[in-house]
Amino acid sequence: MKLKRHGLLASVALCATLALAACGSDNEEPGGSGVDASKADCATGSLNARGSSAQKNAMDEWIKAYQQQCSGATINYQGDGSGAGITAFTGNTADFAGSDAALKDGDETTKATTRCGGNAPLHLPMVVGPIAMAYNLEGVKDLQLSPATIAKIFSGAVKTWDAPEIKADNPSATLPSTQILAIHRQDSSGTTENFTDYLGKTAPDVWTFGKGKDWKAPGGQAEQKSDGVAGAIKKSAGAIGYVELSFAQVNALSIAKVKNGAGEYTALTGEAAGKTISGAKVTGTGSDLKLTIDYTTKQAGAYPLILVTYEIVCSKGNPADKLPLIKSFLTFTASSAGQKQLEKLGYAPLPEETRAKVEAAAKTLA
Amino acid sequence: MATTTGVPSPPAAGPGEGGSLPRKRPLGAEMLFRGTTTAAGTMVLVIIVAIAVFLIWQAVPALTDNDANFLTEENWYANDNPPRFGIAATAFGTVLTAVIALLLAVPVALGIALCLSHYAPKRVATPLGFIIDLLAAVPSVVFGLWGRDYFFEPVQGLSRFLHENLGWLPIFGSEGPYGKSVLLGSIVLAIMILPIVTSLSREVFMQTPAQNEEAALALGATKWEMIRTAVLPFGRPGIIASVMLGLGRALGETIALALTLGGVYKVSFDLIGPGGTSIAANIATRFGEANEVGRSALIASGLVLFAITLVVNMIARAIVYRRREFVGGSA
Repeated sequence: MKLKRHGLLASVALCATLALAACGSDNEEPGGSGVDASKADCATGSLNARGSSAQKNAMDEWIKAYQQQCSGATINYQGDGSGAGITAFTGNTADFAGSDAALKDGDETTKATTRCGGNAPLHLPMVVGPIAMAYNLEGVKDLQLSPATIAKIFSGAVKTWDAPEIKADNPSATLPSTQILAIHRQDSSGTTENFTDYLGKTAPDVWTFGKGKDWKAPGGQAEQKSDGVAGAIKKSAGAIGYVELSFAQVNALSIAKVKNGAGEYTALTGEAAGKTISGAKVTGTGSDLKLTIDYTTKQAGAYPLILVTYEIVCSKGNPADKLPLIKSFLTFTASSAGQKQLEKLGYAPLPEETRAKVEAAAKTLA
Repeated sequence: MATTTGVPSPPAAGPGEGGSLPRKRPLGAEMLFRGTTTAAGTMVLVIIVAIAVFLIWQAVPALTDNDANFLTEENWYANDNPPRFGIAATAFGTVLTAVIALLLAVPVALGIALCLSHYAPKRVATPLGFIIDLLAAVPSVVFGLWGRDYFFEPVQGLSRFLHENLGWLPIFGSEGPYGKSVLLGSIVLAIMILPIVTSLSREVFMQTPAQNEEAALALGATKWEMIRTAVLPFGRPGIIASVMLGLGRALGETIALALTLGGVYKVSFDLIGPGGTSIAANIATRFGEANEVGRSALIASGLVLFAITLVVNMIARAIVYRRREFVGGSA
């Protein structure tokens, strides 16, 4: 027995060594077939970026991959919130900001324009994080929810799982009479803003609490950050909450299907989320790719509840010593290889059409 | 003070010849020491005043922008335009959790202290005392995570039990679902202040004069009667001081409450339903994403907490002072 285990360990170790060796040789070959197939156009220097925690995992992955290829580059991304990121960007302590929401017209935009030496700041949609309706209800596997039902659950109008509204969405399921514990974010969050915006647009007569980063509906329970929400759902029977897909996956939570504008209950997949993005309207001008998501999209198979996070960067007027690296890094993250890396982290890659626009915009930075 | 420092120099001049050499040196050291302690004493005042000035200075912009009444508004939408926020719910939650934590912790802490000082054999009492002190060294985030991830389950059961049996009391009126609640936060907080109250009051109880105890026993008192008539009256100012210290800790506790309270901004005596928030927890959860006004608003709430703590400490001082005179006179 013992001998066997040793043998197993040894073979695992051997495999790992071989795999590592294979990786090493891949990198040396120009046409290597590793994950980073498209080679980044390397630049050197150091960058400081700051902002949204929703894209922190994506940024970490990209930075790791980029620095592996480009030895002379150092990039830091501090994921302590969109607000902090925008403040750091306008205060000139961050080279670009990650944000869950576009710059607000007025003060925010004015400050950012001043920071860019009078040039317009650009919004580059880079990371798409689908928001999952995660729940914990024993015996119920394929929960289906319509926007109106979600709004009623989170405003406290629907209190138990066997309420007629939920039954109407799930005609074939046997629902227990467990009480619903609706969980929302305690801290200000772009996820909350997108979720409340979604409810306001898709169920306007039920959701009367507007949209915003702070939760305003009565009742429910608040949790800190996405990991707090996911953890609370996992341990509380009868709980439901909104959380980025990656956190729902890590905690192995059940994810409800959500009814889209076409009347279908759609499961959350990268492809389904991408369909909503491709239907999004670009409201920025030129290279500025501010998006307006159509939550009521009628496209078949689209999963409507998504969160788009931007990189906010100066269109022109970037400092000469930083520009090559900013340009190179953002072109890399917008490349199809860069986007592909995100899939395993629970993000949805940008649909090709949008991605090409973002990549082209990144190349125009000056 | 003035007489003791004034005393050494005149007699030193009196004895005559040998006096000149030792006279100067102690005087120099005396002045230096006096200067150092006075500076240290003044420093405390300077720091307190500086904190107050900083808080007020930072808080004013948000308070003038505020669209709601700062004292009566329950919600905290400080990042909105126009901002609407108030400390009614957070200040209420702070005091409520602290008071419940004290109600739960003090009887247990006094029991432990009495057991250690008067009942347990010394061989057991000393290591047990160490263990209690060790509890004070556990970081509050550990208590918070433990409360949030493990301890919530028994509290859920307790909440259900309380509602089923005492549901007619409004504080246990919530029908669920039970999760993070004022009860959970308060119990975790109680465990955190337990060691402070215990070790301070144990020290006081151990200093009860032996003749008081012996006199009580000689008059035919049982051990419990002896404790009631000799130990507790003697230790009363110490008990009050330790309770006030515990209360101070409870009022300022941040991360453990941020993790265990339900984060509902409402003034409510409901202990078992999802709910509860506190000033410090609110600051901790909202500071990261706050904009300029939001940050200023959070500092304004910090000012309120500062004021609450100041008042509590002053009351404690007053009580301890008065009781000490009383006990000293009777003893």
